[in-house]
This record gives sequence, structure tokens and C-alpha cells, in this order.
Amino acid sequence: MHQATLLQAKDGLKQKKFSSQELTEAVFKRIDAVEDKVQAFVHLTRESAMQEAKEADKKIAAGEDAPLLGIPLALKDLICTEGARTTCASKILDQFVSPYDATVVKQLKAAGAVIVGKTNMDEFAMGSSNENSWHHPTLNPWALNRVPGGSSGGSAAAVAAEECIASLGSDTGGSIRQPASFCGITGMKPTYGRVSRFGLVAFASSLDQIGPMTKTVEDAALLMNVIGGKDPLDSTSADVALPDFMLALKNQVKGLKMGIAKEYFTSGIAPEVAKSVEAAIKTLESLGMEKVEVSLPHTEYAVATYYILACAEASTNLSRYDGVRYGYRSESSDNLKDMYLNTRSEGFGEEVKRRIILGTFVLSSGYYDAYYLKGQKVRTLIKQDFEAAYKQCDLIVAPTSPLPAFQLGEKMDDPLQMYLADIYTISANLAGIPAMSIPCGFTGDNLPIGLQLMGRHFDEETLLTVGHHFQQATDFHKNFASL
Amino acid sequence: MSAIFDIDHIALLARLRLTHAEKDKLGRQMETILGYIDQLNQLDTADVEPTSHVIPIHNVFREDEETKPFPEKDYLSLAPAEKKHHYEVPQII
Repeated sequence: MHQATLLQAKDGLKQKKFSSQELTEAVFKRIDAVEDKVQAFVHLTRESAMQEAKEADKKIAAGEDAPLLGIPLALKDLICTEGARTTCASKILDQFVSPYDATVVKQLKAAGAVIVGKTNMDEFAMGSSNENSWHHPTLNPWALNRVPGGSSGGSAAAVAAEECIASLGSDTGGSIRQPASFCGITGMKPTYGRVSRFGLVAFASSLDQIGPMTKTVEDAALLMNVIGGKDPLDSTSADVALPDFMLALKNQVKGLKMGIAKEYFTSGIAPEVAKSVEAAIKTLESLGMEKVEVSLPHTEYAVATYYILACAEASTNLSRYDGVRYGYRSESSDNLKDMYLNTRSEGFGEEVKRRIILGTFVLSSGYYDAYYLKGQKVRTLIKQDFEAAYKQCDLIVAPTSPLPAFQLGEKMDDPLQMYLADIYTISANLAGIPAMSIPCGFTGDNLPIGLQLMGRHFDEETLLTVGHHFQQATDFHKNFASL
Repeated sequence: MSAIFDIDHIALLARLRLTHAEKDKLGRQMETILGYIDQLNQLDTADVEPTSHVIPIHNVFREDEETKPFPEKDYLSLAPAEKKHHYEVPQII
């Protein structure tokens, strides 16, 4: 039962093949069986989940319907859930219990979802491997000595290990797509502004987006229908009509133009990754899509731009953790200033401190123009690259990550190398465009490889159309790790 | 840009207390990271407008609706220390 996709689970519940309580129990049984190995979760909400499943069964029996009625889902632990801990995988928020639900959680609950638990992540979503979690690292279900990617590594691993039917993650520089690629699942970062950020603990507010992490593109479309839309509580959420994303699955791909940018096939790419992505492009051609060469000349500057802007925003966002109103407070302080210093130094981990320092520096007096303003200007150039490319094509096809999942500890001593692992995903955040990773192959060591589809602003539909047709023509997404 | 990176000054601005070992390590790492970031100087951006937000956002207005505020206790109960309906902190002056 736990192996079902979201649509299969929905169908099973509708056909009364099983109840939501049975499905939820099956999911917890799976968690009990494999969680010791994978460690995808930070905490489980077993009791409330069983209660939600019971409620869902009552509604199903009464003939009610809702998009996610009775479906067990997991949430990245930076999405606020009323009455349950939201730790951001940080010591500073370890005991934090949100007094309200994030808008996406309200939407999921209104759609009937059952929340099974909160998933592990890099602390404050800063990282590409989940090794920066204060709790514990999550391991890749495909190879337990490798990372699941990050920062939504727990959400990716939980789906890949079949410990939930689907999950939500968040993506600031690739944090949904890169772990989706490393764990062999589907993950979509929607257009900036498509999904409300209210109740998402902020990392870099001009880049963060919540998105679905699923077993199939169809499941991602269904979740997008639930979580998208304008929210009065998030003034950056866009007032743009929300289409029925499920209908997009039925659109044709014949004649669609896919842009291929040479900048995404640079020398750092693993040969096996390049080979799988090239094969995927051939598959898309065989479905009737046309290949167009495009250029995104500022791609090489994306990582540098991102680390200026994301760290600057993070340094201001994280100034709220002062030990006064909520979260951890150091007990050993004689005065207020010491309390701030001690609380933040004891409460934040190494990577978070590194980014706060970098962000504080680029915003500091005398350096603002040279770094922060420069970064904002290069951001314009990167955005313009995409605008020019989309005059020639309907979407861009590229690898999600230059490498498959790397080994635990491999990049922990070299922050710059870790940052460069996000080289293919960061541009989409800087430009605010939607992007999705879908499985497109395996290495000789049986590690998943991800294909990235990037679209125009508010055109998630084309990505879903193409992704769905690709999954109809291939079986990569049907493979699961044996645990 | 070749910045003069003063770790003590930045750490104070960021309200972080760093050990000598942390300062050493962070100082070296910042040198590498800022060196990498310096590649942006290859680009002439004199005539480029900065982007702070990717989608056009102007003033966002809404009707002023009366809503029920969260109870005070929901917030104060999250505080590490509270006293008489207020947040309690160590001596300020």
C-alpha cells in the first residue's frame, strides 16, 4: 500500500480497496522498517496522523471528496505546523512549536491530507547534502553511504524510501530539485510567487519557494493544484490565475521547442550524467519535440551571484533569532548583548554562521555597492538570458546536477565545492522561473540521475506536460531502492 | 573589489561570538569564497538595473478587515522567559 503513488492511493481509497487508516498504518509500518537506515524524519506525528486518517475515513464514508482526502504526506521541517515542532534542523529552534499553520499546511489540511511527520534538512535550508542538520544526517536510500542531496534531503529520501506518499520541500537554490535528482524522484520548484511563503521559515525571501516532491509528475500536478494561488498573508504571492495543472498533463508535446544550452554541459559534468541527459533529449525528440540551441551566457556567474544575494537576505532574516521571543536562549549571560552573542553562537551551526558572516559582510558599510548591488545587477543579466532564450524555445532541458549523489563527508571541508554542486539549479531561483527535476537514468553504480526542465514564468504547465509524457515513455521513475 | 575582511568587526555586526579557531577557519574560507565571487568584476554592469525582486510587485493593498488576534499566551508561552505579560531579558544597561 505504501508503494502507491498519490493518484493510485487516491484511487484505492475511492474504490474502497483500503481505508485511509489502513494506508496510514502501512506508511508508518514502512517507516518503522526502514527509518533506522534512512533517517529521513526529524519527528513523526503518529497520533495526529491516525486521527486525521480516521476523520478522512468518516468523510469518505459520507461520500465526501477532496483532492488529498486521506493521503499520508510529509513536510520539510521549516514549514510551520500548528501544535507540532518546526525545528528547521537547528538547535536554535529545536523546541519551537508554531502557534499557527503555514498557508500550504492549511491548504493541505483543507484538501484532506494526513501529515505523518516533518522531514530532515540542512539547517535553515543551507546546504546541498543534509549533513548540516543539527539532528542527524539523512542517508540516500539508493546508497546508504551517500548523501540524499539538500536541503530538502529528508523530503526526497522519505518519498524515495516510500515512507510517505509524497512530500513538500522548499527550494532557494536547488533544494527541491537537487535532492529529487539524487534520490530518483520528481521535484518541482514553482515560479516565484506561485505558492504562498506564509509560514515557511525564511532563508532568502526573494528566492524561496515551496514545492512538491513526488513519485510521478502527475502527483506533482495534483499537489500544485492544492498549494498554488494568491495568499493575502504573503504580499509576494502572485495574483495570477491558477490553472488546473492536471489538465496540462493531457496537452500534446509534439512541436514544442526545447532549448539546449551548452553552458549546462560544461567540463565539470560527470560523463554518465551527460550521457543520460542526452539520451533523455533524444527520447523527447522521438515524442515530437524540436531541439533548439540556446545560450545562457551568464550561467557561470550564477553561483557567485547567488551566494551574495542569498547570504545577504539570510543574514537579515536570521537576525530575528535573538533568544528573546522564541527559540533557544543561552542561560549563561549577564547582560543583553552577551545574551544575543551567546544565544546565536551556541544556537547556530557552522554553515549558518558562515553564511551570516558572508551576508553581513556584503551588506556592510563600504562593501554594499561592490557586492550586494553588483549581485543584483548580475541577477538582471541572468534573468535577461532566460528572457532571450524563451523567444526561441518553450522550455529549457538540462541536467539537474553535474554529479550523482556524492559520499557523506566528501565535500564537508570545502564550502565552495559544496556551493558549486548547485551550479545548474541556482539560475532558476535568481530568474524566478519554474523548474522541475525528473528521473532520467542511473549510473553504473545504480545512482539516480535527474533531468531538469525549466520554463517561463508561471508556465509550470509546459513542464508538467513534457515531464508527464517523458514518464509515459520511460520507466526510470518506477524504480525504487531496495532497502 | 579585493576586500579587507575584518572578521572581528563582521562577527560583532552579526552578533556572533567566534572562537579563535572559528575565526581562523572562517577567515580563510571567506578569502576563498570572496576570491571566487570576484569573478563578477569581469562583467561591466554600469548600465544594468539591479533586480531585487523577479516579479513586478508594487504596493499591495487589501481591505482592512477585522480579524481575531492570536491570544497573547500563545506567543508568550514560546518565550524562553516571561514575566507579567512581558518578555523577560537580562539586564540591558
